[in-house]
Amino acid sequence: MTETTRRSLLAASAAGAAFGALPLSQARAQAANTIKIGVLNDQSGLYRDVNGPGSVACVRQAIADFGAAAKGINVEVLVADHQNRPDVGVNISRQWIDRDGVDMIIDVPTSSVALAVNQVVREKNKVFINSSGATSDLTGSACTPNTVHWTYDTYMLAKSTGGAMVRAGGDTWFFITADYAFGHALERDTGNFVRAAGGRVLGQVRTPFPGTTDFSSFLVQAQASRAKVIGLANAGGDTINSIKQAAEFGITRRGVKLAALLMFISDVHALGLQTAQGLVCTETFYWDLNDKTRAFTQRVLPNMPQQLRPGMAQAGCYSGTLHYLKAVADMGVAAARASGADAVTRMKAMPTDDDAFGTGSIRADGRRLCPAYLLEVKAPGESRGAWDYYKLLQTTAADEAFRPLSEGGCALVRS
Amino acid sequence: MLEFLESITGVPTPLLFGQLLLGLINGAFYAMLSLGLAVIFGLLNIINFTHGAQFMMGAFVAWMLLNWLGLGYWWALLLAPLIVGATGVIIERTMISRLYKLDHLYGLLLTFGIGLMIEGVFRNEFGSSGLPYRIPAELQGAWDLGFMFMPIYRGWVVLFALICCLATWLVIEKTRLGAYLRAATENAALVQAFGVNVPRMITLTYGAGVALAALAGVLAAPIYSVNPQMGTNLIIVVFAVVVIGGMGSILGSVLTGFGLGIIEGLTKVYWPEASATVIFVIMAIVLLTRPAGLFGRA
Repeated sequence: MTETTRRSLLAASAAGAAFGALPLSQARAQAANTIKIGVLNDQSGLYRDVNGPGSVACVRQAIADFGAAAKGINVEVLVADHQNRPDVGVNISRQWIDRDGVDMIIDVPTSSVALAVNQVVREKNKVFINSSGATSDLTGSACTPNTVHWTYDTYMLAKSTGGAMVRAGGDTWFFITADYAFGHALERDTGNFVRAAGGRVLGQVRTPFPGTTDFSSFLVQAQASRAKVIGLANAGGDTINSIKQAAEFGITRRGVKLAALLMFISDVHALGLQTAQGLVCTETFYWDLNDKTRAFTQRVLPNMPQQLRPGMAQAGCYSGTLHYLKAVADMGVAAARASGADAVTRMKAMPTDDDAFGTGSIRADGRRLCPAYLLEVKAPGESRGAWDYYKLLQTTAADEAFRPLSEGGCALVRS
Repeated sequence: MLEFLESITGVPTPLLFGQLLLGLINGAFYAMLSLGLAVIFGLLNIINFTHGAQFMMGAFVAWMLLNWLGLGYWWALLLAPLIVGATGVIIERTMISRLYKLDHLYGLLLTFGIGLMIEGVFRNEFGSSGLPYRIPAELQGAWDLGFMFMPIYRGWVVLFALICCLATWLVIEKTRLGAYLRAATENAALVQAFGVNVPRMITLTYGAGVALAALAGVLAAPIYSVNPQMGTNLIIVVFAVVVIGGMGSILGSVLTGFGLGIIEGLTKVYWPEASATVIFVIMAIVLLTRPAGLFGRA
């Protein structure tokens, strides 16, 4: 083979490596009393430990706790990896609904994918329970009668974590933002709170997503802005690398505060308490919060990958599945399958209640309301056992944690 | 002078120096990885797509040595390349060696598949968010350079990478062993006729290339999160570096690695959104104007 063809082959293969595996799913005949749930999330990338197989374990736990079999409802679970790409997510959703007869899609991290799947589910009149996606647009400009946004959103995170940092004196901010829908929404919502409290946003840098591993360059730019707070509008592996490298470059030792606007317990575990101690973050679920959360964690733990304690996104899949199944049992399988919008309407009419989140409700715009917990990562000396990572600083009540109904611009609210 | 620089670039000079330095550090990783690829391609004509997974394995072996055997960073620097290199030798003997007579495409597909499988196994065992690995005590801390706070460890990475690149180049270009290797590439049958065990030499060369990837993995462990996808993120860029530098050119890939690291660093200041694509734009331009690469022989 000549030099030229070898080289062009290599060049082509470099481009070709971006393509991954296709999802696996099976077509089966569907019995009248069967409900199909599709768990669509990141099974192989930087968000895998935040949702991934852990979310699947939580969905199965919900089916077991609900006692679906005893109630005469047969629940099937399908799983796919959307690789954090909207086109892949849309293709799987269409295939699931058109070919496999999926009734409800749950989880869907990565806001760009979540917004795309949101449209598909509406068009097909099925149910979409989003647990791991963050953009507050899901209950704002992009709200639909088929979608419930379950666990958290960018507005809530901005208000809880961002608001706490501003109150503690952090009035000048610089954002390191993952360059896609989620990062933009989180930066926007946090920036609004900073400005409303009289603070200033001095600048921001948009980092390519996915694929950025070195954040030192962006951290040094943030430091050069002389902002008191560096807002990390990213998640999962990006947040871990940002925090790790900020410590390496001595940024936090010089008095600059890091705001981990979306951080999960699996991120803290990966960083280690030595590096993560003192960071403040917001979650709506912590496994060690009360007897009920501990009991739920004990039940699901044997099925969690690597014995990870469930984080809020995964617990949200448990809670969302349980509530959906309650609505299905209440209205009948046939009616629930016939119209996703009707099923969501029924879900909104019922109060939510489960071990992971306690009691709550779903608002007209599809926002599930629950308390938000402002947490601080413990120092290694304070931690008394495995996964004893957080101390609770403050609880924001369910009716105050999220964006007021009138401010989201959701069409369902006006009508 | 500084004011002049600042006026033409529009970026404060201290920030610019800082970014040049950070670019150099990233370039060190590109150079280390593309070096291993260039050695393997130059001498074996195999496009080693397992390279990213082997880089990742280096970091994981460092973590395992520390947490399972209590052996720290310095031991890892020595042992991880040997261990991962040995797995490379096994892969070459049992699988890759059967493909030398076939088209390059088969080697590429095989190594790509092996890479995916290795990453899948690590993902199943360790999850995706990664494991903590601390900077060794001797290299903790930082120098205050005035324009930037420079972690000592990153300085060490640049120095160590330069030494490795130089040593590899010397071995291949200036020693008898290197001469055999280069001769075997040109005409394996003739070299074998002189009594040199060519298949064994090729196996060891592959092992050495893999060991270089693992060494880079150990260097990366304290900086990046040690996770199964850490190689995937880097390897595509590194392939572009090899293409730009000129296939199989060792000096070319090293110089291109450092150079592209710096260009990428500057892009992160002027147009951060494009920093992930700038290297591929350069690759396209180079392929159009100098198809053999900047340092390749046409």
